[in-house]
Amino acid sequence: MVKHMEAPAEAGSYLLQHEQKDLLRFITCGSVDDGKSTLIGRLLFDSKLLLEDQLTALEKDSSRYGTTGSGELDLALLVDGLADEREQGITIDVAYRFFATEKRKFIVADTPGHEQYTRNMATGASMADLAVLLVDARKGLLPQTRRHSYIVSLLGIKHVVLAINKMDAVSWDRDTYERMVAEYREFAIKLDIPNVTCIPVSALLGDNITRRSSAMPWYDGATLIDHLEEVEVGGDVTSAPFRMPVQWINRPDQDFRGYSGTIASGMVSPGDSIVIAPSGRTSKIERIVTSGGDLQQAVANQAVTITLADEVDVSRGDVLADSKIPPESSDQFSVHILWMSADAMLPGRPYLLRIGSIMVGAQITEIKYTVNVNTLEHTAARHIDLNEVGVCNLALDRPIPFDPYRKNRDMGGFILIDRITNATVGCGMISFALRRASNIHWQALKVGKADRAGLKQQKPCIVWFTGLSGAGKSTIANLVERNLFELGRHTVLLDGDNIRHGLTKNLGFTAEDRVENIRRVAEVAKLMTEAGLIVLVSLISPFRSERQMAREIVPPGEFLEVFVDAPLEVCRTRDPKGLYKKAYAGELPNFTGIDSPYEPPVDADLHLNSADQTLEACGEAVLAMLSQRGIV
Amino acid sequence: MTSPPMPDSPQPGHSGTADLTHLRRLEAESIHIFREVAAQFRKPVMLYSIGKDSSVMLHLALKAFWPSKPPFPFMHVDTTWKFREMIEFRDRRAKELGLDLIVHINEEGVRDGIGPLSHGSAVHTDIMKTQGLKQALNKHGFDAAFGGARRDEEKSRAKERVFSFRTATHRWDPKNQRPELWRLYNGRIKDGESIRVFPLSNWTEFDIWQYIYLEKIPVVPLYFAKPRPVIQRSGSLLMVDDDRMTLQPGEVLEERWVRFRTLGCYPLTGAIESRAQTLPEVIREMLLTRTSERQGRLIDSDQAASMEVKKQEGYF
Repeated sequence: MVKHMEAPAEAGSYLLQHEQKDLLRFITCGSVDDGKSTLIGRLLFDSKLLLEDQLTALEKDSSRYGTTGSGELDLALLVDGLADEREQGITIDVAYRFFATEKRKFIVADTPGHEQYTRNMATGASMADLAVLLVDARKGLLPQTRRHSYIVSLLGIKHVVLAINKMDAVSWDRDTYERMVAEYREFAIKLDIPNVTCIPVSALLGDNITRRSSAMPWYDGATLIDHLEEVEVGGDVTSAPFRMPVQWINRPDQDFRGYSGTIASGMVSPGDSIVIAPSGRTSKIERIVTSGGDLQQAVANQAVTITLADEVDVSRGDVLADSKIPPESSDQFSVHILWMSADAMLPGRPYLLRIGSIMVGAQITEIKYTVNVNTLEHTAARHIDLNEVGVCNLALDRPIPFDPYRKNRDMGGFILIDRITNATVGCGMISFALRRASNIHWQALKVGKADRAGLKQQKPCIVWFTGLSGAGKSTIANLVERNLFELGRHTVLLDGDNIRHGLTKNLGFTAEDRVENIRRVAEVAKLMTEAGLIVLVSLISPFRSERQMAREIVPPGEFLEVFVDAPLEVCRTRDPKGLYKKAYAGELPNFTGIDSPYEPPVDADLHLNSADQTLEACGEAVLAMLSQRGIV
Repeated sequence: MTSPPMPDSPQPGHSGTADLTHLRRLEAESIHIFREVAAQFRKPVMLYSIGKDSSVMLHLALKAFWPSKPPFPFMHVDTTWKFREMIEFRDRRAKELGLDLIVHINEEGVRDGIGPLSHGSAVHTDIMKTQGLKQALNKHGFDAAFGGARRDEEKSRAKERVFSFRTATHRWDPKNQRPELWRLYNGRIKDGESIRVFPLSNWTEFDIWQYIYLEKIPVVPLYFAKPRPVIQRSGSLLMVDDDRMTLQPGEVLEERWVRFRTLGCYPLTGAIESRAQTLPEVIREMLLTRTSERQGRLIDSDQAASMEVKKQEGYF
């Protein structure tokens, strides 16, 4: 067992002093070769945090990969972690570093400089209170400097240190420094960065990092480390209204029901009146429970378990909030989106959105514009590519409680998740709720879907035929409808080609338009199931995400996906409408299977091989499935 | 109400209305991660390796769900070469706290007689630890596994996510990691895939010791110096913990005052000479020391970029 004997005085007081330190999280960003890794290496080196075995490894690595010349330690190698990075001499991902001084503990997110890794910078910035932006005195401000500043401001960082590096390489020239400072301050005014501090440094030699530079007597500001130790970044988080997203229901037995979560803002004490958002019910805080005893008060960033005075219904995703200043609720927002996936963001495509402890279905309904992050100019756009930022309208499947991001990062920052791959594909920040959301209500109807279907004595459903052009979808769907008709079923057939003459007449064949085309057809199909019909849809519908969306807007079991599968060569030979001939001649751009992708279903309800089977046999297979599912 | 026993722990410290201290911030962030896993996953497990980081992780897990018990079992992948004191400590703690503890041993490895002395550290660690871990995860169908790794331990760890995605074959792809923003963790996976979760990501070795001191967390006595039987081998001081370790020509068994900074399989874990018998003494020694804690680990240096390769193959 541990021996908790009295500490020798010096170790004891040392521990006490370290226990009182606070924490500053910052990010470093800069272009390739600005010397970012060298700067962090320098901070670790100068704060004496390098240990003997690390130094030995560094000496070995420096002679193998180093770029600083023989005999010199290449401090950047301390930071560039992955084997690929050491070989290519670039930083390719966010790396976290830790160091401490007498006054503070620091967590540094080292974020990569080059353009294609902007998403990593946003990742590092999301938890940071300050950004150290490195620029090369020889090169001046680059497009990347502006890009990084924009992302820093977008992610809500209020403190920027512009470290003008490699001053040794410009003969410690004051004019060079002053020119860059003036240029940067002019740019920063356009951004919401209230605190900009500029420092001339040499990371390579250590000037103005931890030691004042004798080479630049004209600079009388703080060194980088002095600034990082002294700067006040917290603001007064505790003066903000109380918010706690409920993460987990703590229910060890019948007598205890607690709500566990991390306080996003403000403070809370027993007796405080709270509101449960979005339901709007109210109660009072009874206890703040921890394993070390109940607390009389808890503040932002603490992870607590709260019990309420009343028995009210609270679940994960609800927010406990100050009843005097409750959060708004809405299902439609104006947001900034930063896209992080190689597959572009398409309006209308269904994604999953995670905010606080909530997960909800989401779609971008409109891209207002994308922002050119170098010039801040606005550009019209139909999709958002990797590393682009767009201002968009966002619609959710249900209303959620929120605060604007600039007021509260936890209540206004969200990620978007791809429904098929489960990858995190984007992040966003809520600016405000759209007024339209609160003004459109659901009208209650007197006759329901079950009534209408009951009158017809049938089970409504959607039979969705997907596959390449020429695979046989329409022919099979026609055969199936004919059979259902003869059985006395009420049906409708929505055929992709026919729909394009009306409902989706204004859409083309780009990825964006295909998404919208499928969305409209899916919504119409859903309305028709509400009329009690068996709906047959014959549509190429090349993307998994949208077929998944069509599946999820109707109750489970009502969407039956039929994959009409024929090899491209077979479809091309059949070519019933002469389309392949035109497409191969280059007259039909964005043709599925040729220059536009088809994503085959992975778990279709029915997989028909229409090259090996007759279309009649295929139709019978569909009817057999419908019979098996109790539809006919 | 049947709550798990908790050691006395002081009130979470914040000075009035000011910011939390850095340790309380780290504690709260770890608790947040534990709760997020409990809410998002079907069948999580905590990998309990008995060392100081596992002790802290266990303590945080108890705090996160109190007065409930942690809603997941604990699992130790036993290579059969751990220090005897580690196993005693493990069994005692599990009993005291009423933990649901699973001990998994790679029986195929045992049958084949795999060990660090006969097969070397690389083969032993791969078969008894990495393969053993994969066997255990597959056998129980766990979809999330907590590990005590910290980003300050090693370069490739510095880039690890808190929620680290693993394929159905438990592989890590460092170039294709999910971006992780704010306090939002994406735990969505398909059948067979899993997430390794690292609640101590942002803790340093010093934070760990400081927290152990502050919260009076029990740790294995091997961390404290006392006279122990050791031999010198390949530049390391190795403890002779049982008779499977036989002396080679020229080696002398001697009693020396030693302790361990990190714990693993005893033939692979170098001791350091020390007189530090209490926690403050250990911490003071650490502040004065000039080598990093993984230096005592023989497995990190057995091939170039070795930790990164092991991690890609499924090691924690």
